[in-house]
Amino acid sequence: MASEVHGADEGGLVFHPMDQFTVKPLFGGDHIGMFTITNATLWMALAVVGLVAMMVFGSSRRAVIPTRAQSIAELAYGFIFKMVEDVAGKDAVRFFPYIMTLFMFIVFSNFLGLIPMSFTTTSHFAVTVVLALLVFVTVTAVGFAKNGAKFLALFWVSSAPMALRPVLAVIELISYFVRPVSHSIRLAGNVMAGHAVIKVFAAFAAALVVNEIPTAVGIIVTPLSILGITALYALEVLVAFIQAYVFAILTCVYLRDALHPSH
Amino acid sequence: MATDTHAAAGHAADAASAPGMPQLDFSNWGNQIFWLLVTLVVIYFVLSRIALPRIAAVLAERQGTITNDIAAAEELKAKAGEAEAAYNQALVDARAEAQRIVGEAKAEIQTDLDAAIAKADAEIAAKAAESEKAIAEIRAGAVDSIRDVAADTAKEIVAALGGKADAKAVKAAVEARMKG
Repeated sequence: MASEVHGADEGGLVFHPMDQFTVKPLFGGDHIGMFTITNATLWMALAVVGLVAMMVFGSSRRAVIPTRAQSIAELAYGFIFKMVEDVAGKDAVRFFPYIMTLFMFIVFSNFLGLIPMSFTTTSHFAVTVVLALLVFVTVTAVGFAKNGAKFLALFWVSSAPMALRPVLAVIELISYFVRPVSHSIRLAGNVMAGHAVIKVFAAFAAALVVNEIPTAVGIIVTPLSILGITALYALEVLVAFIQAYVFAILTCVYLRDALHPSH
Repeated sequence: MATDTHAAAGHAADAASAPGMPQLDFSNWGNQIFWLLVTLVVIYFVLSRIALPRIAAVLAERQGTITNDIAAAEELKAKAGEAEAAYNQALVDARAEAQRIVGEAKAEIQTDLDAAIAKADAEIAAKAAESEKAIAEIRAGAVDSIRDVAADTAKEIVAALGGKADAKAVKAAVEARMKG
């Protein structure tokens, strides 16, 4: 069916690894307006549901000796709290709920995205750019609000020789504005690439049942592809967590710069 | 079927940017950003109003419980140490008391013994003196008897030999002989 369009030169294999990222309305219709309920909306909502289940219902008994669910919630709390405290400093603790929000949203989206047939919200630049810009704007605002003009010392490397300082200032300034770009593309790029590669392997896995491919080839290609999917899936589980962690820890690093701008 | 959905979904993407890269289809960015902001606000409020204070309270309570338990344990340990010290003290006291009683008993026995020995000694000494006196008397009696017998015998012997025994001379001779 689809082979005529996409797989004509692929010997009947159906490759559309990017289809999984398509945003489509959930309740029919072609048009996506501002408030249309789409699959992106659904999976964001599911992330909220998962988060509430883990963080709110998990801790609802307030047990001194925690249940398993409560242990997980406490572990997540302790993990991010310690990270904020260690990386961004003690005075950054008031930003803890904010960083926790970012981390939990990303980690839940990433893991929900690993469910087959699901939609990964964090694979979209629309999402990660907003997340990164929120951090960028917050950090810049905090920097100026807390240090005033002294925040600009972040760009003035006082430990460098005087002649180099203007050059370094330009470089620092550029790197400062590149932050949200790298911050957002790192997350979406990692998630998207992994999912797309899994999908490519999934297409190869069908080699055994595609008529145009000799059965002998299929017998080799299909098990190898399935093995590849398994290995990549394991890697993606790791990536799902690590990217959320990286996003959160970079936010902490930026926050530290804003709170203590001097080099 | 797959073609249909793909075509339908790809409609928007085809127009704008690279086909097959739904991320760069800017027509749905507004939608995603709107729902993302809604999601983030909901998560932020759920976390900052409900979940995080609750977990913080639980953790603080646990920390408090642990601290209290450790303090209680320290206290009990100190009490146990005190009890041990008291026990040891009692043991030492009892031992000293026992030693004292044993010493007293020993001293008492010694005094009794000394008294008995002294008494026995005295008795023995008295008996010995008495015996000595009796022996001396017997000896004196014996000497006198010997002197008389010797004198009589000498007189008789002298008479038998045909002499006339002078009682005085015989006695003197016996005396002299006895002394020698």
